[in-house]
This record gives sequence, structure tokens and C-alpha cells, in this order.
Amino acid sequence: MSRRTRRLAQRTLLYLVLTGCAVAYIYPFLLSVGTAFKTDPDATAHPLNPVPSHWVLTAFNELGQADFLRWLANSVVVAVLVTAGRLLFDSMAGYALARLRFRGRGAVFSTIIAVMAVPGVVLLIPKFLVLKQLGIYDSYPGLIAPLITDAAGVFIMRQFFMSVHPSIEEAAKIDGAGIFRTYWSVVLPIARPALMTLTILSFQGSWNDFSGILIAHQSPSLDTLTTGVGRLVSGQLGTGLQYPLQLAAAMAMTVPVAAVFFVFQKYIMRTGEGAVKE
Amino acid sequence: MNLLPRRGSLRRQEAAAGWLMTVPAIALLLVFLVAPIAMAAWVSLSNWTGIGSPFASGVSSVGMRNYAALLTEPGLAQQQLGESLRNNLYYVILVVPLQTVLSLGLALAVSRKRLAGRGFFRTAYYFPSITSSVAISIMFLFVFGNAGVVNAVIGYLGAHGPDWFDNPSGVLHLVYSGLGVTQPPAALADHGLLGMPWWEWLAGPSVAMIAIITLAVWTTSGTFMLIFLPAIYAIPAELEEAAIVDGANAWQRLRRVILPMLRPTLFLVLTLGLIGTWQVFDQIYLMSQGNPAGTTLTPAYLSYVESFGNQQWGQGAAISFILFAIIVIFTILQRLMLRDRGAT
Repeated sequence: MSRRTRRLAQRTLLYLVLTGCAVAYIYPFLLSVGTAFKTDPDATAHPLNPVPSHWVLTAFNELGQADFLRWLANSVVVAVLVTAGRLLFDSMAGYALARLRFRGRGAVFSTIIAVMAVPGVVLLIPKFLVLKQLGIYDSYPGLIAPLITDAAGVFIMRQFFMSVHPSIEEAAKIDGAGIFRTYWSVVLPIARPALMTLTILSFQGSWNDFSGILIAHQSPSLDTLTTGVGRLVSGQLGTGLQYPLQLAAAMAMTVPVAAVFFVFQKYIMRTGEGAVKE
Repeated sequence: MNLLPRRGSLRRQEAAAGWLMTVPAIALLLVFLVAPIAMAAWVSLSNWTGIGSPFASGVSSVGMRNYAALLTEPGLAQQQLGESLRNNLYYVILVVPLQTVLSLGLALAVSRKRLAGRGFFRTAYYFPSITSSVAISIMFLFVFGNAGVVNAVIGYLGAHGPDWFDNPSGVLHLVYSGLGVTQPPAALADHGLLGMPWWEWLAGPSVAMIAIITLAVWTTSGTFMLIFLPAIYAIPAELEEAAIVDGANAWQRLRRVILPMLRPTLFLVLTLGLIGTWQVFDQIYLMSQGNPAGTTLTPAYLSYVESFGNQQWGQGAAISFILFAIIVIFTILQRLMLRDRGAT
């Protein structure tokens, strides 16, 4: 075999493997979207075909009756407040830790690193205990407050500010702007890329959080999409399986987070390609 | 007055601002992360039943009894912990290497400069990472269902797929019986650890757990691919070119040039993988609730059920701390092992 044909064969093989993998990653989603529009018998009879034999909206109608809109509203409230809180608190703390000299800065930073190392699932019972103790268990503040700052976000912001040259802020300082003024009108605009990354991570993290929401409430009226849909599914496992309903719920709850992902994609998929950094 | 403030007062201003800006974050972290750990530590040593405050006068310390019931006293609690540790151990042993190799392979492939559809492939592989565990769990219940895609494909190949989520057989037990060993040797049946005979420890992951393992690898490989990519781009092109000039083939370049350069990232991915896999909870809660026959029970889920379900808060909290200890020990062990290999 000549060198050229061997290279061609190698390339073809690479594309075949990559496409095969892509099918394995995407096909389950296509199948789920299609099945959401099927009737129950159609879903079990043709599990491999994503196209329904008859398009029906039964699953979505049922979802509407099953408090889906209430869960959606709760998810939006939690995700928006958590994201806003993290953007503010994480960027402030990150900035202070990177730039301002104050006694105890090292200790604060070490605490944040230590907190990052604690595995989240280990904290389920502890978080429940503290919510009870504070009297905010089973309330909106109880859903939101534990998520509203995260050590990883503070860390990301600090690393970002460490990598930015302080010359612009120095200029603002010489012009007589105070520290908070500088932070608000000079620092935050510079930090746009890092804030974007933090926005996606926070929105995605709080929108998709299941276990944290699960242990923070018991009233069905406080269910977010994750716990609401989760309840719907585990409640139905015993009785007949309604795949279209379950998959409709799964796909509908994925749409907002997918939209945020596609809008801000470049901030997450930015992987240092071709850039000469550091 | 146009007098500039003196240097000392500027410093004080900066210190005050520094504290003001970090206080919200640090206070929230202390209240919702550090204080809870202390409270849970107390609960794990107490007989609190979930009624009222764990600090009320009726709640008293039972010393290490909750830990003893789990670790040293034969009984249901010990047996369940043993079972959950076995299940999770097989989960870790399979998921961590598979997701690391797969994500590295995907990252190497999509990092090629002349690859058509690079952006598409990346997005495709990463998309499951942004989807919630709830949605993914529903999809996999469907895909691995009795009449689902996986069994349909197995059917086309002429075999008969299992009832994935109802099948408690350990895959290693299936292999042993394939080799003709159906009865456990007495040595393995009569002795054991944590209330489980060695024969049961050697069962391997159950068929049901294999479905959940597949889900985990499928979901996380995209995330780790994204961690590998910047590290791959950071490898100087001259290094690979030099290896090509020296006549190294693709495999040699991977072993001798790329992998050594990726060592720190590999370490990060393995560490994150280990920490993450020991915490599997959502999928268990949503897909199997520890069934069938306890073969998908994990320590994280067991700790939740013991406390929130059975009101055995002391024991539930104790399981959390045991899990915490396991994660710390595994991380340290892995660090030592990788460091040793680097030294020789």
C-alpha cells in the first residue's frame, strides 16, 4: 500500500470512529425528542425510530397538568437568583483576594481552597441540619442561600484577576476613584469573559442541581424541575411506564439550559487553541 | 481640601474594602459549608432521631456507637455498608479508567488542526455534560428498558438482552459460572469482610450497575475532554515534529511525548474522577433506589436513606464521614502512586 492510500485509509477510519461516537452521543437525544411526541404503544413498539408514526401532544398536555409550569417557575427563580448572587459575591471576593492587601487574606484564601475539596454529597445531611437550625428549611431562601456562593467561583475570579495587569485600575486610582467605584466601573467590565464563564457554570449548576434541592424542601409547591420531574419518574416506576411523558419532561427541562449553552458556548468551549499564552 | 490622604489611611481603606468584599462570600461559605460539617460531626456521635434540634437537651452522645454499628458489629447496618462499598468500588474501578481513556482519546482526535467538523464533534461530545442528571437518568431508563434501544440492537445481533434494571447478577459471578464454578469455594463463602462473604465481594458489578456505569462514562467523558484540550494545545508543536523527524510512530509519540506532557492534567482528571465517582447519588436515587437486591446501593444513597428515610440520623451522618474518609484516602493513595512512578 502506498503512503498516500495508507494516509487516506487512516483519515477515513478516524472520521468513521468520530462519527460513530457522535451518533452514540446524539442519537439518545434525538430518540428522546421524537419519543416525546409518540403515543405510549408507539414508543415501546419502535424504540429505535425517532420519528413517531403519529405525532401527538398528549405527553405535553399531561405535563401541563402535572405542575410542570410551577416547577419551571421555581427553577427560573432559583437559577436566576443563584447566578446573580454568585456573579456579585464571587467577583467581589475574587477581586479582593487578587488585588487588595489586607490582614487575613491568606487565611481566607486557604479556607476557600479547603472548602472546594469537600465532596458535595457528604454535605447533604449537614446542609439539611443547618437549614433546619436557621429555620429556612422548606422555603425559597432555603433553596437559594446554600447555593448563592461557591468556592470554585471565587477561585475562578481570583485566578482571572491575577492574570490581568493592574495598570488600568492604577489609572482609575490615580484619577481619584475609590476602591468600590474602581471595582464597579473599571474592573467588572474588564472581567467580562470570566463573568460569562461564571454565568454559564452557575446557571447550569443551579438549574441541574438535584440533591441540594431535594434535601432543602418537602412541600411539592417548592419543587424545581429536577425534583419535580424526578418525583414524577420515580413515582411512576411501579405502575406502567409512560416513556413519552417522562421523555417530554426530560427534554423540556433541557431546552433552557441548552439555549444558555449555545448562546455562551464560546466562553466554555474556548480551549486555548492556537493562542500563545503565559 | 485637596490634601492627599496619607499613606497609612490609604492602606487602612484598602484593608477595610478587602474585608467588606470578601465577607459575604466567606460568611455564606462558613454558614453553609463549614458549620454544617461540625453539626453533622456531632449528629454522627449522637442518638438524634430527627425530631427537634440536634442540640436539644433530650439528645445525648452515644460516643462511637454509630460508627461501631457500621464497621465492627455484625448486623444489617454493617452488611448494607459493606454491600454499598462493594458496589461503589466496582463503579469506581470501571468508570474512572474508562472515562479517562475515552475523554483523552476524544480530546486527541478533536484537537487535530485539519479536522473537518471539529466544532460539531466537540459540541456533540460535550452536550451530555450540560444536561441534568434527571433528564439523563430518564433517557437511560428508556434506552436500557426491556423494549429499549440497547436490547433492540442486541436483538438484531441475534442475542437476547437482559432486563437491565431487574438483574442483580454480578458480571464476575456470571463469568465464574461460565467457567463452571457455580458453588463458591468454602474459603470464600465462610469468611468475609463487613458482614459480606468474600464470594459476594468478588461478584463484580451487577447487570443493573453496568447500565449506570455506561451512563456515567457517557455523561462525563465530554467534561473531561474539555479539560484535556487546553493541555494538548499547550504541547509545543516542535516537540512532536522532532519526534516525527526521529522516526517515532504515532503510538511512540503518544507514549513518549504526549502522555508525559499531559501528566498534570491526567492527574487532575483522575483525581476529579475518583472524587466524583465515590459520590454517585442522583442516578441511584432516580433509576434504581439501590435495587435490584441491593446491587446498586452506594454509600451516598445509603446515608441519605438511613437519615431522611429511616430517621437514623446518627448512622446516616456516620456513613457520610466514612465516605469522606474513603475519598481522602483514595486521593492520597493515587497521589503517592503517581508520584512514585514519576520518580523511577
